Amino acid sequence: MSRLLEVKNLAVSFKTYGGEVQAVRGVNFHLNKGETLAIVGESGSGKSVTSQTIMRLIPMPPGRIKSGEMLFDGIDLAKKTDKEMEAIRGKDIGMIFQDPMTSLNPTMKVGAQIGEVVIKHSKVSKAEAKKRAVELLTLVGIPFPEQRVNQYPHEFSGGMRQRVVIAMALASNPKLLIADEPTTALDVTIQAQILELMKDIQKKTDTSIIFITHDLGVVANVADRVAVMYAGQIVEMGTVDEVFYDPKHPYTWGLLASMPSLDNEAEEELAAIPGTPPDLTNPPKGDAFAARNPYAMKIDFEQEPPMFKISDTHYAKTWLLHPDAPKVEPPASVQRRMRKVDNVYRTPVLVAKDGE
Amino acid sequence: MQQLPKIPKEMFETAGIDRAQAEKIEKPSLSFWQDVFIRFRKNKLAMFGVVLMVLLVFMAIFGPLMVKYDYATNDLLNANQAPSSEHWFGTDELGRDVFARTWEGARISLFIGLAAALIDLFIGVVWGSISGYRGGRTDETMMRVADILYGVPYLLLVIILMVMLGQGLGTMILAMTITGWINMARIVRGQVLQLKNQEYVMASQTLGATTKRILFKHLIPNATGPILVTMTLTIPSAIFTEAFLSYLGLGVPAPLASWGTMASEGLPALEYYPWRLFFPGLFICLTILAFNVIGDGLRDALDPKLRK
Amino acid sequence: MTDKLLEIKGLKQHFFTSKGTIKAVDGLTFDIFRGETLGLVGESGCGKSTTGRTIIRLYDATSGEVLFNGENVHGRKSRSELKKFNRKMQMIFQDPYASLNPRMTVADIIAEGIDIHGLAKTRKERMTKVHELLETVGLNKEHANRYPHEFSGGQRQRIGIARALAVEPDFIIADEPISALDVSIQAQVVNLMKKLQRERGLTYLFIAHDLSMVKYISDRIGVMYRGKIVELAPSDELYRNPVHPYTKALLSAIPLPDPDSEKTRQRKIYDPSIHDYNGEEPELREVSPGHYVSCSQAEFATYTT
Repeated sequence: MSRLLEVKNLAVSFKTYGGEVQAVRGVNFHLNKGETLAIVGESGSGKSVTSQTIMRLIPMPPGRIKSGEMLFDGIDLAKKTDKEMEAIRGKDIGMIFQDPMTSLNPTMKVGAQIGEVVIKHSKVSKAEAKKRAVELLTLVGIPFPEQRVNQYPHEFSGGMRQRVVIAMALASNPKLLIADEPTTALDVTIQAQILELMKDIQKKTDTSIIFITHDLGVVANVADRVAVMYAGQIVEMGTVDEVFYDPKHPYTWGLLASMPSLDNEAEEELAAIPGTPPDLTNPPKGDAFAARNPYAMKIDFEQEPPMFKISDTHYAKTWLLHPDAPKVEPPASVQRRMRKVDNVYRTPVLVAKDGE
Repeated sequence: MQQLPKIPKEMFETAGIDRAQAEKIEKPSLSFWQDVFIRFRKNKLAMFGVVLMVLLVFMAIFGPLMVKYDYATNDLLNANQAPSSEHWFGTDELGRDVFARTWEGARISLFIGLAAALIDLFIGVVWGSISGYRGGRTDETMMRVADILYGVPYLLLVIILMVMLGQGLGTMILAMTITGWINMARIVRGQVLQLKNQEYVMASQTLGATTKRILFKHLIPNATGPILVTMTLTIPSAIFTEAFLSYLGLGVPAPLASWGTMASEGLPALEYYPWRLFFPGLFICLTILAFNVIGDGLRDALDPKLRK
Repeated sequence: MTDKLLEIKGLKQHFFTSKGTIKAVDGLTFDIFRGETLGLVGESGCGKSTTGRTIIRLYDATSGEVLFNGENVHGRKSRSELKKFNRKMQMIFQDPYASLNPRMTVADIIAEGIDIHGLAKTRKERMTKVHELLETVGLNKEHANRYPHEFSGGQRQRIGIARALAVEPDFIIADEPISALDVSIQAQVVNLMKKLQRERGLTYLFIAHDLSMVKYISDRIGVMYRGKIVELAPSDELYRNPVHPYTKALLSAIPLPDPDSEKTRQRKIYDPSIHDYNGEEPELREVSPGHYVSCSQAEFATYTT
């Protein structure tokens, strides 16, 4: 497994009237070639800021990268200039956003927009670019591509527009595709189609995908590995089986418990996580999740927990994994889903501050 | 492999959740207008405009009191004097002190500007909001009336009014507001059209609110941004129009002075007695500049997209 | 057997545009029983939101009846008659960022219903009610003087709920109240709604597109497709035995937070042309007790064998 992307100790903040918001506070993860990493989190968790920072799309000021590196194929994107990033964006890294209407130019034909991406990154003629556009529309499953390539975005339905956006993102065969909530605004049947499409394309082109979402169902459907973010940090990371069937962090438990499953009894109450995420202008001392954590211990309010390793691929940032911590049971609905996962360490191992 | 930090056992006791703490809001309360004011303050040009406006208003109020001459007293022996220590701005052809006249004129010009803006505000806001909210036939009819009025040749209308009602401050204001409100009405209507489909308006309707309540509590307060900006930009427009009409001889009657009438009288004497045009002209420009710059600053400060 | 709080008969909402008539709601007939939660699901464009807004008379119905406790909500009504309905039926909206007037304080927003209907005699009484409502929805008293933009999405939705509760309604239409919220916050709001229902005997029409959450909160669920109800059944029954092909397709498309099942899941696709109605209008027929499916005579025969 070779690593396409390595993010080390990334910290990003924003200057606002109310103070400096610590949007991302020390994030470490990697992405292997050909795999899909899902970044799950709620609003304010820092997942979008992380992905936009990788693409260097955050205006700086008021944003700034306080520390860290983002190694894409060995090159640190944090140190690149705007001009250098222009050559990388669209070519090596493609991005898909949530709202297709804001990603597409309403006054330009769809074929021309896709063609633009092709021409920018490879020297071909307009006719060649149009041919490629038709190829891409076929790849993303748009019927009658030769006619539709001459249509405007408003002539497509929501799901179709998202497919066009995917076609644009794939135009130059990027190594990495960053999809930021690409199906959140779509109906459930259209979402299912788009997810199938993305998995299909990944099989064909071996693109690596970072998939950002807040929907755990979607994660279970597309991801190979999962990173759970809360208050600007990754609190749990592992393979999709590890995170769903053997979760270790109380926030992950909370997320899983607050999703009604189609087979649970309507009588028992949905275990909601009380309160709201903290204000990151003044990140709380200790564990940021402590104020909302029914399993919180005194130390959670004093010291930030270290990252513990539970298997070669499974990490969690919680004091509950400390040998002196009491043994706790996750909520009932989470326990029902749990099952045995392979290759777990006998005891969790403490991880060094800036490594994995 | 790192060493586990030494942590006392008691630290691992469960602490539990403080519900009130979980819902607390840390940041101090910042109302909409406080936020706007802070952003406005950062705009140096806009603040310069405010300072300028304050100075002009101050002079309009206290200027005529600063000299012993009043604006109407003739002194033919001292006609057309250049600016001196006696007459800071010089004298005009009837020997009247230009300084006193300038600030007397300021009162009139500013009053006209403000009055016109306020009348446009009231008529325009009511007309535009009712038209926009009701929609359908009402909207079409009301806007057609506005369009027709807008299409009438303006100058013709003013001249007819002047002839019918005689020259004077009241007539001048009437002349300016008879079509001036249309711009405000269009802006307000546009805002209301956008806002009336917002969910909070629907919520109010489901609660049983009357049209009056929805207009005054929900729609107009959320449109104050563009309303304020339009009003701020109406003032210089009115001042300029007054100057223009006065120049055409349709201004306030003598011995009243407005900047427009002063400029109109000063123009033929430009070659020999330039100060007579210079001062009123200068202050017309400064006033228009000040209000324009304030209006632009307000527009930027109110723009939600520029909000941080 | 509880009695019917709402009876909707042949409700139609057609919008006339230059491009032609949009039949947003095309002949809906169903009942809502006192104290129950009826879920209404469907994808965008199926007409569920329009249905909710027509029931509460934000839009005047093109035809059909909405009987609330036997009285028709539509038709010629005086101001006071309409005001009476305003107190009985309330609505919670989808967008937490657009459903609260940004220029009003939370206290004024919540008290608007109280002000309109004169439910408080003094300022003190008004404030007391506002504080009570804030606490009921899990917010602090201090929040009363703040502005909407200072709150998170979930908190704003709760303010919206407090506003609806202020007039003491019997029936609340929740129009996609949780769609714009984070998952863990959705659970908070849904739990709150269930608690309020128990405590105050409320009846809900819960409109949403998130099927798992709808199943959790609803007693019965109606599935809408292109302006019509295609299936109506108790929640458990709908998920265990979906009959209409559209319902089956919808259910098969929901991603579950279970990687093992996701790997093996087969999605069904709905193609309206499989019905072959031959001009016959499909009707809602009862295929098993309480379980209705829109079908032709022929289809009904197959469903009941």
